[in-house]
Amino acid sequence: MVISAASREKIALEIAKYPKPRGALLPALHLVHAEHGHVSPEAARELAQIFEIRPFEVMEVVSFYNMFFATPQPRHQVRVCTNLPCSLRGARDLLHRLEAHLGVHAGGATADGRIRIGHEECLGACAYAPMMRVDHQYHEDLDVERAKRILDALD
Amino acid sequence: MLKAPYVTGYLTEHFADDAFGTLEGYLERGGYQAARKALREMTPEAVIELVKGSGLQGRGGAGFGTGLKWSFMPKGSDKPKYLVCNADESEPGSFKDRLLMERGPHQMLEGILIAAWATGASKTFIYIRGEYAFPADQVERAVAEAYAKGYLGKNVMKTGFAHDVVVQRGAGAYICGEETGLLESLEGKKGQPRKKPPFPAQYGAFGMPTTVNNVETFSHVPHILKKGAEWFRGFGTEKSPGTTIFGVSGHVARPGLYELPLGTRLDEIVFEHAGGVPGGRKLKGVIPGGMSMPILPAGQLDVPMANEFLRERKTMLGTGGIMVMDETTCMVRVACVISYFFRDESCGQCTQCREGTGWMNKIIERIERGAGEEADLGILLDVAAKMEGQTICAFSDAAAWPVQGLLRHFRGDFEAHVREHKCPFPESFEL
Repeated sequence: MVISAASREKIALEIAKYPKPRGALLPALHLVHAEHGHVSPEAARELAQIFEIRPFEVMEVVSFYNMFFATPQPRHQVRVCTNLPCSLRGARDLLHRLEAHLGVHAGGATADGRIRIGHEECLGACAYAPMMRVDHQYHEDLDVERAKRILDALD
Repeated sequence: MLKAPYVTGYLTEHFADDAFGTLEGYLERGGYQAARKALREMTPEAVIELVKGSGLQGRGGAGFGTGLKWSFMPKGSDKPKYLVCNADESEPGSFKDRLLMERGPHQMLEGILIAAWATGASKTFIYIRGEYAFPADQVERAVAEAYAKGYLGKNVMKTGFAHDVVVQRGAGAYICGEETGLLESLEGKKGQPRKKPPFPAQYGAFGMPTTVNNVETFSHVPHILKKGAEWFRGFGTEKSPGTTIFGVSGHVARPGLYELPLGTRLDEIVFEHAGGVPGGRKLKGVIPGGMSMPILPAGQLDVPMANEFLRERKTMLGTGGIMVMDETTCMVRVACVISYFFRDESCGQCTQCREGTGWMNKIIERIERGAGEEADLGILLDVAAKMEGQTICAFSDAAAWPVQGLLRHFRGDFEAHVREHKCPFPESFEL
Protein backbone atom coordinates (compact mmCIF):
# COMPACT_ATOMS: atom_id res chain seq x y z
CA MET A 1 0.00 0.00 0.00
CA VAL A 2 1.41 3.38 -0.96
CA ILE A 3 -1.36 5.45 0.63
CA SER A 4 -0.68 5.44 4.37
CA ALA A 5 -3.18 4.41 7.03
CA ALA A 6 -3.20 8.00 8.30
CA SER A 7 -4.15 9.35 4.88
CA ARG A 8 -6.78 6.64 4.46
CA GLU A 9 -8.35 7.73 7.73
CA LYS A 10 -8.43 11.35 6.55
CA ILE A 11 -9.93 10.29 3.21
CA ALA A 12 -12.68 8.40 5.07
CA LEU A 13 -13.48 11.56 7.06
CA GLU A 14 -13.70 13.55 3.82
CA ILE A 15 -15.97 10.98 2.19
CA ALA A 16 -18.38 11.26 5.13
CA LYS A 17 -18.92 14.96 4.32
CA TYR A 18 -20.32 14.35 0.84
CA PRO A 19 -23.65 12.98 -0.40
CA LYS A 20 -21.73 10.77 -2.83
CA PRO A 21 -18.27 9.39 -1.98
CA ARG A 22 -16.64 10.68 -5.16
CA GLY A 23 -17.10 14.26 -3.92
CA ALA A 24 -14.04 13.56 -1.77
CA LEU A 25 -11.80 12.66 -4.73
CA LEU A 26 -10.14 16.09 -4.99
CA PRO A 27 -9.51 16.21 -1.21
CA ALA A 28 -8.09 12.67 -1.44
CA LEU A 29 -5.82 13.65 -4.31
CA HIS A 30 -4.55 16.60 -2.26
CA LEU A 31 -3.78 14.19 0.59
CA VAL A 32 -1.90 11.85 -1.76
CA HIS A 33 0.11 14.81 -3.07
CA ALA A 34 0.93 15.93 0.47
CA GLU A 35 2.28 12.44 1.11
CA HIS A 36 4.00 11.58 -2.19
CA GLY A 37 4.11 14.73 -4.33
CA HIS A 38 2.36 12.94 -7.20
CA VAL A 39 -0.14 10.19 -8.02
CA SER A 40 1.71 7.03 -8.98
CA PRO A 41 -0.05 4.21 -10.86
CA GLU A 42 -0.18 2.30 -7.55
CA ALA A 43 -1.75 5.26 -5.75
CA ALA A 44 -4.27 5.64 -8.58
CA ARG A 45 -5.23 1.96 -8.25
CA GLU A 46 -5.65 2.32 -4.50
CA LEU A 47 -7.76 5.49 -4.88
CA ALA A 48 -9.85 3.73 -7.52
CA GLN A 49 -10.52 0.97 -5.02
CA ILE A 50 -11.46 3.39 -2.26
CA PHE A 51 -13.83 5.34 -4.52
CA GLU A 52 -15.11 2.31 -6.45
CA ILE A 53 -14.19 3.81 -9.79
CA ARG A 54 -11.61 2.79 -12.38
CA PRO A 55 -7.97 3.94 -12.26
CA PHE A 56 -8.32 5.85 -15.54
CA GLU A 57 -11.12 7.88 -13.96
CA VAL A 58 -8.67 8.91 -11.24
CA MET A 59 -6.01 9.76 -13.81
CA GLU A 60 -8.28 11.81 -16.05
CA VAL A 61 -8.99 14.01 -13.03
CA VAL A 62 -5.26 14.19 -12.22
CA SER A 63 -4.42 15.26 -15.78
CA PHE A 64 -7.14 17.95 -15.87
CA TYR A 65 -5.81 20.04 -12.98
CA ASN A 66 -2.56 22.04 -12.92
CA MET A 67 -1.80 21.25 -9.28
CA PHE A 68 -1.92 17.46 -9.67
CA PHE A 69 0.95 15.41 -11.08
CA ALA A 70 1.22 11.90 -12.51
CA THR A 71 5.01 11.73 -12.28
CA PRO A 72 7.47 12.26 -9.40
CA GLN A 73 8.13 15.94 -8.75
CA PRO A 74 11.02 17.98 -7.38
CA ARG A 75 10.72 19.04 -3.74
CA HIS A 76 9.38 22.52 -4.57
CA GLN A 77 7.02 23.94 -7.16
CA VAL A 78 7.77 27.54 -8.07
CA ARG A 79 5.37 29.42 -10.31
CA VAL A 80 5.74 33.00 -11.48
CA CYS A 81 2.43 34.56 -12.46
CA THR A 82 2.74 35.89 -16.02
CA ASN A 83 -0.82 36.94 -16.66
CA LEU A 84 -1.48 40.49 -17.85
CA PRO A 85 -1.39 42.50 -14.58
CA CYS A 86 1.87 40.79 -13.58
CA SER A 87 3.40 41.03 -17.08
CA LEU A 88 2.68 44.76 -17.09
CA ARG A 89 4.85 45.02 -13.97
CA GLY A 90 7.85 42.99 -15.06
CA ALA A 91 6.86 39.36 -14.38
CA ARG A 92 8.41 38.02 -17.61
CA ASP A 93 11.71 39.67 -16.81
CA LEU A 94 11.59 38.15 -13.32
CA LEU A 95 10.84 34.69 -14.72
CA HIS A 96 13.66 34.92 -17.27
CA ARG A 97 16.16 35.97 -14.60
CA LEU A 98 15.09 33.16 -12.29
CA GLU A 99 15.40 30.69 -15.15
CA ALA A 100 18.97 31.92 -15.68
CA HIS A 101 19.66 31.81 -11.94
CA LEU A 102 18.55 28.18 -11.69
CA GLY A 103 19.91 27.17 -15.09
CA VAL A 104 16.62 25.69 -16.32
CA HIS A 105 13.90 26.79 -18.68
CA ALA A 106 10.35 27.38 -17.47
CA GLY A 107 8.63 24.02 -17.14
CA GLY A 108 11.89 22.29 -16.25
CA ALA A 109 13.40 21.15 -12.97
CA THR A 110 16.85 21.65 -11.44
CA ALA A 111 19.14 18.64 -11.75
CA ASP A 112 19.39 18.27 -7.97
CA GLY A 113 15.66 17.62 -7.70
CA ARG A 114 14.99 20.78 -5.69
CA ILE A 115 12.83 23.02 -7.82
CA ARG A 116 10.52 22.97 -10.77
CA ILE A 117 10.02 26.49 -12.08
CA GLY A 118 7.33 27.61 -14.46
CA HIS A 119 4.85 30.29 -15.24
CA GLU A 120 1.26 30.24 -14.09
CA GLU A 121 -1.93 32.03 -15.01
CA CYS A 122 -3.48 34.65 -12.72
CA LEU A 123 -3.00 33.86 -9.03
CA GLY A 124 -5.13 36.71 -7.69
CA ALA A 125 -2.31 38.96 -6.55
CA CYS A 126 -2.66 41.52 -9.33
CA ALA A 127 -1.91 44.64 -7.28
CA TYR A 128 1.16 43.05 -5.70
CA ALA A 129 3.00 42.15 -8.91
CA PRO A 130 5.35 40.66 -9.76
CA MET A 131 4.76 37.66 -7.56
CA MET A 132 5.44 33.94 -7.37
CA ARG A 133 3.95 30.94 -5.64
CA VAL A 134 6.37 28.62 -3.87
CA ASP A 135 4.42 25.46 -3.08
CA HIS A 136 1.45 26.81 -1.07
CA GLN A 137 2.95 30.18 -0.21
CA TYR A 138 2.63 33.47 -2.09
CA HIS A 139 5.56 35.90 -2.32
CA GLU A 140 4.37 39.30 -3.55
CA ASP A 141 5.81 42.69 -4.57
CA LEU A 142 9.00 40.88 -5.60
CA ASP A 143 12.22 42.18 -7.00
CA VAL A 144 14.71 39.88 -8.67
CA GLU A 145 17.19 39.80 -5.78
CA ARG A 146 14.59 38.97 -3.16
CA ALA A 147 13.11 36.26 -5.39
CA LYS A 148 16.57 34.71 -5.84
CA ARG A 149 17.13 34.72 -2.07
CA ILE A 150 13.79 32.98 -1.52
CA LEU A 151 14.72 30.25 -4.00
CA ASP A 152 18.24 29.89 -2.57
CA ALA A 153 16.78 29.31 0.89
CA LEU A 154 14.71 26.31 -0.24
CA ASP A 155 15.99 22.90 0.88
CA MET B 1 -2.55 38.54 4.69
CA LEU B 2 -3.79 41.14 2.21
CA LYS B 3 -3.79 44.77 3.28
CA ALA B 4 -7.15 46.41 3.91
CA PRO B 5 -8.47 48.35 0.90
CA TYR B 6 -7.38 51.93 0.33
CA VAL B 7 -11.02 53.00 0.35
CA THR B 8 -13.41 51.09 2.59
CA GLY B 9 -17.19 50.76 2.73
CA TYR B 10 -19.62 48.64 4.70
CA LEU B 11 -18.05 45.35 3.52
CA THR B 12 -14.51 46.27 4.41
CA GLU B 13 -15.04 48.81 7.20
CA HIS B 14 -13.30 46.62 9.81
CA PHE B 15 -10.74 45.00 7.55
CA ALA B 16 -7.77 46.87 9.00
CA ASP B 17 -8.62 45.15 12.26
CA ASP B 18 -7.24 41.57 12.44
CA ALA B 19 -9.76 40.64 15.14
CA PHE B 20 -12.62 41.01 12.64
CA GLY B 21 -11.52 37.70 11.12
CA THR B 22 -12.15 35.83 14.37
CA LEU B 23 -15.56 34.81 15.69
CA GLU B 24 -15.10 36.77 18.89
CA GLY B 25 -14.04 39.93 17.07
CA TYR B 26 -16.84 39.55 14.55
CA LEU B 27 -19.46 39.17 17.31
CA GLU B 28 -18.12 42.26 19.09
CA ARG B 29 -18.73 44.25 15.90
CA GLY B 30 -22.32 43.15 15.53
CA GLY B 31 -21.67 39.88 13.75
CA TYR B 32 -24.36 37.18 13.35
CA GLN B 33 -27.14 39.57 14.48
CA ALA B 34 -28.51 39.60 10.94
CA ALA B 35 -28.57 35.80 10.74
CA ARG B 36 -30.24 35.64 14.17
CA LYS B 37 -32.89 38.07 13.01
CA ALA B 38 -33.52 36.09 9.80
CA LEU B 39 -33.73 32.71 11.51
CA ARG B 40 -35.78 33.88 14.51
CA GLU B 41 -38.04 36.56 13.09
CA MET B 42 -38.36 36.12 9.33
CA THR B 43 -39.84 33.51 7.02
CA PRO B 44 -37.66 32.30 4.15
CA GLU B 45 -40.07 34.06 1.75
CA ALA B 46 -39.64 37.34 3.60
CA VAL B 47 -35.85 37.06 3.36
CA ILE B 48 -36.04 36.41 -0.39
CA GLU B 49 -38.41 39.36 -0.86
CA LEU B 50 -36.06 41.62 1.09
CA VAL B 51 -33.02 40.60 -0.96
CA LYS B 52 -35.05 40.96 -4.18
CA GLY B 53 -36.13 44.42 -3.05
CA SER B 54 -32.54 45.42 -2.35
CA GLY B 55 -31.67 44.82 -6.01
CA LEU B 56 -28.47 42.95 -5.05
CA GLN B 57 -26.84 41.49 -8.15
CA GLY B 58 -24.34 38.63 -8.16
CA ARG B 59 -20.76 39.86 -7.88
CA GLY B 60 -19.12 36.90 -9.62
CA GLY B 61 -19.27 38.39 -13.10
CA ALA B 62 -22.71 37.76 -14.57
CA GLY B 63 -24.63 40.22 -12.38
CA PHE B 64 -27.81 38.14 -12.03
CA GLY B 65 -30.37 39.20 -9.42
CA THR B 66 -29.55 37.36 -6.19
CA GLY B 67 -33.07 37.28 -4.69
CA LEU B 68 -34.51 36.07 -7.98
CA LYS B 69 -31.90 33.30 -8.16
CA TRP B 70 -32.83 32.17 -4.64
CA SER B 71 -36.52 32.11 -5.58
CA PHE B 72 -35.79 29.50 -8.30
CA MET B 73 -35.10 26.87 -5.63
CA PRO B 74 -38.02 24.41 -5.43
CA LYS B 75 -40.24 24.83 -2.38
CA GLY B 76 -41.27 21.93 -0.20
CA SER B 77 -39.10 19.49 -2.12
CA ASP B 78 -38.24 16.28 -0.26
CA LYS B 79 -34.78 16.23 -1.83
CA PRO B 80 -31.91 17.81 0.08
CA LYS B 81 -31.04 21.28 -1.20
CA TYR B 82 -27.56 22.75 -1.33
CA LEU B 83 -25.77 26.05 -1.57
CA VAL B 84 -22.43 26.48 -3.23
CA CYS B 85 -20.14 29.38 -2.46
CA ASN B 86 -18.07 30.04 -5.56
CA ALA B 87 -14.65 30.99 -4.19
CA ASP B 88 -12.77 29.90 -7.29
CA GLU B 89 -11.80 33.49 -8.05
CA SER B 90 -9.56 33.13 -11.12
CA GLU B 91 -10.56 35.93 -13.46
CA PRO B 92 -7.30 37.72 -14.29
CA GLY B 93 -7.32 41.12 -12.61
CA SER B 94 -9.59 39.98 -9.74
CA PHE B 95 -8.50 39.49 -6.15
CA LYS B 96 -11.39 40.82 -4.05
CA ASP B 97 -12.78 37.45 -2.93
CA ARG B 98 -9.36 36.60 -1.58
CA LEU B 99 -9.56 39.72 0.61
CA LEU B 100 -13.10 38.89 1.77
CA MET B 101 -12.01 35.39 2.81
CA GLU B 102 -8.75 36.45 4.44
CA ARG B 103 -10.17 39.36 6.44
CA GLY B 104 -13.90 38.70 6.74
CA PRO B 105 -14.61 34.96 6.66
CA HIS B 106 -17.44 35.20 9.23
CA GLN B 107 -19.17 37.95 7.24
CA MET B 108 -19.26 35.52 4.30
CA LEU B 109 -20.43 32.65 6.53
CA GLU B 110 -23.22 34.80 7.97
CA GLY B 111 -24.40 35.57 4.43
CA ILE B 112 -24.31 31.85 3.68
CA LEU B 113 -26.44 31.09 6.76
CA ILE B 114 -29.06 33.66 5.73
CA ALA B 115 -29.13 32.29 2.17
CA ALA B 116 -29.44 28.75 3.54
CA TRP B 117 -32.45 29.76 5.61
CA ALA B 118 -34.03 31.51 2.61
CA THR B 119 -33.55 28.60 0.22
CA GLY B 120 -33.99 25.72 2.67
CA ALA B 121 -30.50 24.41 2.00
CA SER B 122 -29.12 21.87 4.45
CA LYS B 123 -25.50 22.11 3.36
CA THR B 124 -23.10 24.59 1.76
CA PHE B 125 -20.05 23.63 -0.21
CA ILE B 126 -17.43 26.39 -0.30
CA TYR B 127 -15.23 25.69 -3.32
CA ILE B 128 -11.96 27.64 -3.06
CA ARG B 129 -9.36 27.65 -5.82
CA GLY B 130 -6.44 25.42 -4.91
CA GLU B 131 -3.85 28.17 -5.15
CA TYR B 132 -5.65 30.17 -2.42
CA ALA B 133 -4.14 28.11 0.40
CA PHE B 134 -4.00 30.96 2.90
CA PRO B 135 -7.56 32.23 2.31
CA ALA B 136 -8.79 28.62 2.51
CA ASP B 137 -7.00 28.21 5.85
CA GLN B 138 -8.81 31.31 7.16
CA VAL B 139 -12.19 30.03 5.97
CA GLU B 140 -11.60 26.58 7.49
CA ARG B 141 -10.62 28.17 10.78
CA ALA B 142 -13.74 30.33 10.75
CA VAL B 143 -15.94 27.32 9.94
CA ALA B 144 -14.41 25.39 12.85
CA GLU B 145 -15.05 28.35 15.19
CA ALA B 146 -18.64 28.61 14.00
CA TYR B 147 -19.26 24.90 14.64
CA ALA B 148 -17.65 25.09 18.09
CA LYS B 149 -19.88 27.98 19.17
CA GLY B 150 -23.12 26.76 17.62
CA TYR B 151 -23.27 29.08 14.60
CA LEU B 152 -23.20 26.02 12.35
CA GLY B 153 -24.31 22.45 12.89
CA LYS B 154 -27.47 20.72 14.06
CA ASN B 155 -29.03 23.60 15.96
CA VAL B 156 -27.85 26.92 14.57
CA MET B 157 -28.06 29.63 17.27
CA LYS B 158 -30.55 27.39 19.13
CA THR B 159 -33.22 27.96 16.48
CA GLY B 160 -33.60 24.33 15.50
CA PHE B 161 -32.27 25.12 12.00
CA ALA B 162 -29.53 22.73 10.88
CA HIS B 163 -26.78 23.69 8.50
CA ASP B 164 -23.43 22.16 7.56
CA VAL B 165 -20.54 23.75 5.68
CA VAL B 166 -17.94 21.79 3.74
CA VAL B 167 -14.81 23.45 2.37
CA GLN B 168 -13.32 21.96 -0.77
CA ARG B 169 -10.07 23.10 -2.37
CA GLY B 170 -9.77 23.13 -6.14
CA ALA B 171 -6.61 22.15 -7.94
CA GLY B 172 -5.85 24.72 -10.60
CA ALA B 173 -8.37 25.17 -13.42
CA TYR B 174 -9.94 28.51 -14.42
CA ILE B 175 -13.02 26.78 -15.83
CA CYS B 176 -14.03 25.61 -12.35
CA GLY B 177 -15.20 29.18 -11.70
CA GLU B 178 -17.99 28.54 -14.23
CA GLU B 179 -20.81 27.39 -12.00
CA THR B 180 -21.49 24.01 -13.61
CA GLY B 181 -17.78 23.35 -14.15
CA LEU B 182 -17.46 23.98 -10.43
CA LEU B 183 -20.26 21.48 -9.69
CA GLU B 184 -18.51 18.80 -11.75
CA SER B 185 -15.24 19.47 -9.94
CA LEU B 186 -17.00 19.39 -6.58
CA GLU B 187 -18.27 15.92 -7.52
CA GLY B 188 -14.70 14.72 -8.08
CA LYS B 189 -14.61 15.01 -11.86
CA LYS B 190 -12.92 17.07 -14.56
CA GLY B 191 -14.34 20.57 -14.36
CA GLN B 192 -16.12 20.53 -17.71
CA PRO B 193 -19.29 22.67 -17.68
CA ARG B 194 -22.72 21.10 -18.04
CA LYS B 195 -25.34 21.89 -20.63
CA LYS B 196 -28.15 24.08 -19.32
CA PRO B 197 -31.02 23.45 -18.84
CA PRO B 198 -31.39 21.84 -16.41
CA PHE B 199 -30.20 24.77 -14.31
CA PRO B 200 -28.54 24.19 -10.92
CA ALA B 201 -31.77 25.11 -9.09
CA GLN B 202 -33.28 21.93 -10.56
CA TYR B 203 -30.21 19.72 -10.96
CA GLY B 204 -27.13 21.04 -9.20
CA ALA B 205 -24.52 19.58 -6.86
CA PHE B 206 -24.84 15.78 -6.72
CA GLY B 207 -28.04 16.10 -8.74
CA MET B 208 -29.85 18.10 -6.05
CA PRO B 209 -31.40 21.59 -6.24
CA THR B 210 -28.52 24.04 -5.76
CA THR B 211 -27.90 27.77 -5.67
CA VAL B 212 -24.43 29.01 -6.53
CA ASN B 213 -23.36 32.47 -5.33
CA ASN B 214 -20.05 34.28 -5.26
CA VAL B 215 -18.08 35.10 -2.07
CA GLU B 216 -18.79 38.83 -2.36
CA THR B 217 -22.48 38.29 -3.05
CA PHE B 218 -22.85 36.36 0.23
CA SER B 219 -20.84 39.02 2.06
CA HIS B 220 -23.35 41.76 1.16
CA VAL B 221 -26.32 39.82 2.53
CA PRO B 222 -25.90 40.37 6.32
CA HIS B 223 -25.77 44.14 5.73
CA ILE B 224 -29.01 44.09 3.74
CA LEU B 225 -30.74 42.08 6.48
CA LYS B 226 -29.51 44.41 9.19
CA LYS B 227 -30.09 47.77 7.54
CA GLY B 228 -32.75 47.10 4.93
CA ALA B 229 -33.30 47.27 1.18
CA GLU B 230 -33.74 51.05 1.10
CA TRP B 231 -30.44 51.61 2.88
CA PHE B 232 -28.71 49.29 0.37
CA ARG B 233 -30.27 51.15 -2.53
CA GLY B 234 -28.72 54.32 -1.14
CA PHE B 235 -25.43 53.10 -2.64
CA GLY B 236 -24.76 52.73 -6.35
CA THR B 237 -27.14 53.39 -9.22
CA GLU B 238 -30.86 52.72 -9.55
CA LYS B 239 -30.25 49.57 -11.59
CA SER B 240 -27.00 48.50 -9.88
CA PRO B 241 -27.26 49.13 -6.14
CA GLY B 242 -24.64 48.62 -3.46
CA THR B 243 -20.90 48.88 -3.35
CA THR B 244 -18.33 46.54 -4.83
CA ILE B 245 -14.63 46.01 -4.35
CA PHE B 246 -12.69 47.15 -7.39
CA GLY B 247 -9.23 45.68 -7.88
CA VAL B 248 -6.90 48.05 -9.70
CA SER B 249 -3.69 46.71 -11.24
CA GLY B 250 -1.15 47.44 -13.96
CA HIS B 251 0.32 50.88 -14.66
CA VAL B 252 -1.08 52.91 -11.76
CA ALA B 253 0.59 54.65 -8.84
CA ARG B 254 -1.49 52.86 -6.17
CA PRO B 255 -2.54 49.40 -7.33
CA GLY B 256 -4.88 47.81 -4.79
CA LEU B 257 -8.45 47.28 -3.67
CA TYR B 258 -11.10 50.00 -3.42
CA GLU B 259 -14.60 49.51 -2.07
CA LEU B 260 -16.77 52.05 -3.88
CA PRO B 261 -20.42 52.37 -4.92
CA LEU B 262 -21.34 50.82 -8.25
CA GLY B 263 -21.60 53.63 -10.75
CA THR B 264 -18.38 55.32 -9.59
CA ARG B 265 -16.76 56.68 -12.74
CA LEU B 266 -13.86 54.70 -14.16
CA ASP B 267 -11.68 57.82 -14.57
CA GLU B 268 -12.29 58.69 -10.90
CA ILE B 269 -11.11 55.21 -9.86
CA VAL B 270 -8.05 55.20 -12.10
CA PHE B 271 -6.86 58.80 -11.66
CA GLU B 272 -8.14 59.95 -8.27
CA HIS B 273 -8.19 56.77 -6.21
CA ALA B 274 -5.39 54.79 -7.83
CA GLY B 275 -3.26 57.86 -8.56
CA GLY B 276 -3.18 57.57 -12.35
CA VAL B 277 -0.30 56.42 -14.53
CA PRO B 278 3.11 56.97 -12.91
CA GLY B 279 6.26 58.39 -14.45
CA GLY B 280 4.56 61.17 -16.41
CA ARG B 281 3.41 58.68 -19.05
CA LYS B 282 0.00 58.83 -20.70
CA LEU B 283 -2.78 56.29 -20.41
CA LYS B 284 -3.49 54.03 -23.39
CA GLY B 285 -6.31 51.70 -22.36
CA VAL B 286 -8.15 50.09 -19.45
CA ILE B 287 -9.78 46.68 -19.14
CA PRO B 288 -12.66 47.50 -16.77
CA GLY B 289 -13.94 44.17 -15.45
CA GLY B 290 -11.46 41.31 -15.52
CA MET B 291 -9.78 39.86 -18.57
CA SER B 292 -12.94 38.56 -20.26
CA MET B 293 -14.30 42.06 -20.70
CA PRO B 294 -13.43 44.23 -23.73
CA ILE B 295 -10.93 47.05 -23.27
CA LEU B 296 -11.76 50.78 -23.28
CA PRO B 297 -9.37 53.32 -24.87
CA ALA B 298 -8.09 56.28 -22.85
CA GLY B 299 -10.77 58.62 -24.20
CA GLN B 300 -13.66 56.49 -22.92
CA LEU B 301 -13.06 56.42 -19.18
CA ASP B 302 -15.87 58.89 -18.46
CA VAL B 303 -18.21 55.98 -17.79
CA PRO B 304 -19.94 54.97 -14.54
CA MET B 305 -18.90 51.46 -13.47
CA ALA B 306 -22.28 49.76 -13.74
CA ASN B 307 -23.49 47.41 -16.45
CA GLU B 308 -26.24 49.70 -17.77
CA PHE B 309 -23.56 52.26 -18.71
CA LEU B 310 -20.69 49.92 -19.60
CA ARG B 311 -22.90 48.02 -22.07
CA GLU B 312 -23.25 51.22 -24.12
CA ARG B 313 -19.47 51.10 -24.53
CA LYS B 314 -19.64 47.42 -25.54
CA THR B 315 -18.05 46.15 -22.33
CA MET B 316 -19.17 45.01 -18.86
CA LEU B 317 -18.45 45.25 -15.16
CA GLY B 318 -17.51 41.57 -14.88
CA THR B 319 -15.67 41.07 -11.60
CA GLY B 320 -14.54 44.69 -11.27
CA GLY B 321 -10.90 43.88 -12.00
CA ILE B 322 -9.50 47.07 -13.55
CA MET B 323 -6.26 46.66 -15.52
CA VAL B 324 -4.53 49.85 -16.56
CA MET B 325 -2.08 50.14 -19.47
CA ASP B 326 0.14 53.13 -20.25
CA GLU B 327 1.23 54.51 -23.62
CA THR B 328 4.24 52.17 -23.92
CA THR B 329 1.95 49.13 -24.03
CA CYS B 330 1.78 47.08 -27.23
CA MET B 331 -1.82 45.96 -27.62
CA VAL B 332 -0.78 43.00 -29.77
CA ARG B 333 1.31 41.77 -26.83
CA VAL B 334 -1.73 42.27 -24.62
CA ALA B 335 -3.68 40.15 -27.11
CA CYS B 336 -0.90 37.51 -26.98
CA VAL B 337 -1.20 37.23 -23.19
CA ILE B 338 -5.00 37.15 -23.26
CA SER B 339 -5.32 34.65 -26.11
CA TYR B 340 -2.66 32.39 -24.58
CA PHE B 341 -4.60 32.35 -21.32
CA PHE B 342 -7.85 31.28 -22.96
CA ARG B 343 -6.08 28.71 -25.13
CA ASP B 344 -4.43 27.26 -22.02
CA GLU B 345 -7.63 27.20 -19.95
CA SER B 346 -10.18 25.98 -22.51
CA CYS B 347 -11.56 22.72 -21.12
CA GLY B 348 -11.59 21.25 -24.61
CA GLN B 349 -15.19 20.12 -24.58
CA CYS B 350 -16.62 22.25 -27.43
CA THR B 351 -14.93 22.44 -30.84
CA GLN B 352 -15.51 26.18 -31.39
CA CYS B 353 -13.71 26.99 -28.16
CA ARG B 354 -10.97 24.34 -28.21
CA GLU B 355 -9.99 25.11 -31.81
CA GLY B 356 -10.92 28.79 -31.84
CA THR B 357 -8.82 29.77 -28.81
CA GLY B 358 -5.77 27.99 -30.27
CA TRP B 359 -6.28 29.48 -33.70
CA MET B 360 -6.64 33.03 -32.39
CA ASN B 361 -3.54 32.69 -30.22
CA LYS B 362 -1.49 31.37 -33.14
CA ILE B 363 -2.51 34.22 -35.44
CA ILE B 364 -1.89 36.89 -32.78
CA GLU B 365 1.56 35.51 -31.93
CA ARG B 366 2.36 35.46 -35.63
CA ILE B 367 1.40 39.12 -35.93
CA GLU B 368 3.52 40.02 -32.91
CA ARG B 369 6.56 38.27 -34.48
CA GLY B 370 6.12 40.41 -37.57
CA ALA B 371 5.00 37.49 -39.73
CA GLY B 372 1.35 38.48 -39.95
CA GLU B 373 -0.58 39.48 -43.03
CA GLU B 374 -3.33 41.99 -43.65
CA ALA B 375 -5.84 39.13 -44.08
CA ASP B 376 -5.07 37.86 -40.55
CA LEU B 377 -7.11 40.65 -38.96
CA GLY B 378 -10.19 39.56 -40.89
CA ILE B 379 -9.59 35.92 -39.97
CA LEU B 380 -9.29 36.88 -36.29
CA LEU B 381 -12.64 38.66 -36.33
CA ASP B 382 -14.23 35.81 -38.27
CA VAL B 383 -12.98 33.18 -35.78
CA ALA B 384 -14.07 35.35 -32.82
CA ALA B 385 -17.58 35.77 -34.27
CA LYS B 386 -17.92 32.02 -34.72
CA MET B 387 -16.88 31.35 -31.13
CA GLU B 388 -19.70 33.48 -29.71
CA GLY B 389 -22.94 31.88 -28.56
CA GLN B 390 -22.06 28.45 -29.95
CA THR B 391 -20.83 26.55 -26.92
CA ILE B 392 -21.95 24.91 -23.67
CA CYS B 393 -20.67 27.72 -21.45
CA ALA B 394 -19.69 31.38 -21.79
CA PHE B 395 -15.92 30.72 -21.74
CA SER B 396 -15.78 30.79 -25.54
CA ASP B 397 -17.58 34.15 -25.63
CA ALA B 398 -15.24 35.43 -22.93
CA ALA B 399 -12.28 34.42 -25.10
CA ALA B 400 -13.71 36.18 -28.16
CA TRP B 401 -14.76 39.49 -26.54
CA PRO B 402 -11.36 40.85 -25.46
CA VAL B 403 -9.85 40.16 -28.90
CA GLN B 404 -12.80 41.90 -30.56
CA GLY B 405 -12.37 44.82 -28.15
CA LEU B 406 -8.66 45.16 -28.91
CA LEU B 407 -9.34 45.16 -32.65
CA ARG B 408 -12.19 47.65 -32.23
CA HIS B 409 -10.09 50.24 -30.40
CA PHE B 410 -6.47 49.43 -31.28
CA ARG B 411 -6.60 48.08 -34.83
CA GLY B 412 -3.78 50.48 -35.68
CA ASP B 413 -1.39 48.55 -33.40
CA PHE B 414 -2.13 45.34 -35.29
CA GLU B 415 -1.83 47.01 -38.70
CA ALA B 416 1.51 48.57 -37.78
CA HIS B 417 2.93 45.13 -36.92
CA VAL B 418 1.79 43.78 -40.30
CA ARG B 419 3.09 46.79 -42.21
CA GLU B 420 6.48 46.99 -40.50
CA HIS B 421 6.99 43.23 -40.12
CA LYS B 422 7.98 43.72 -36.47
CA CYS B 423 6.68 44.97 -33.16
CA PRO B 424 6.83 48.77 -33.30
CA PHE B 425 6.62 49.14 -29.49
CA PRO B 426 10.16 48.53 -28.17
CA GLU B 427 9.28 50.10 -24.81
CA SER B 428 6.37 47.75 -24.18
CA PHE B 429 6.31 45.16 -21.40
CA GLU B 430 8.34 42.03 -22.13
CA LEU B 431 6.68 38.87 -23.44
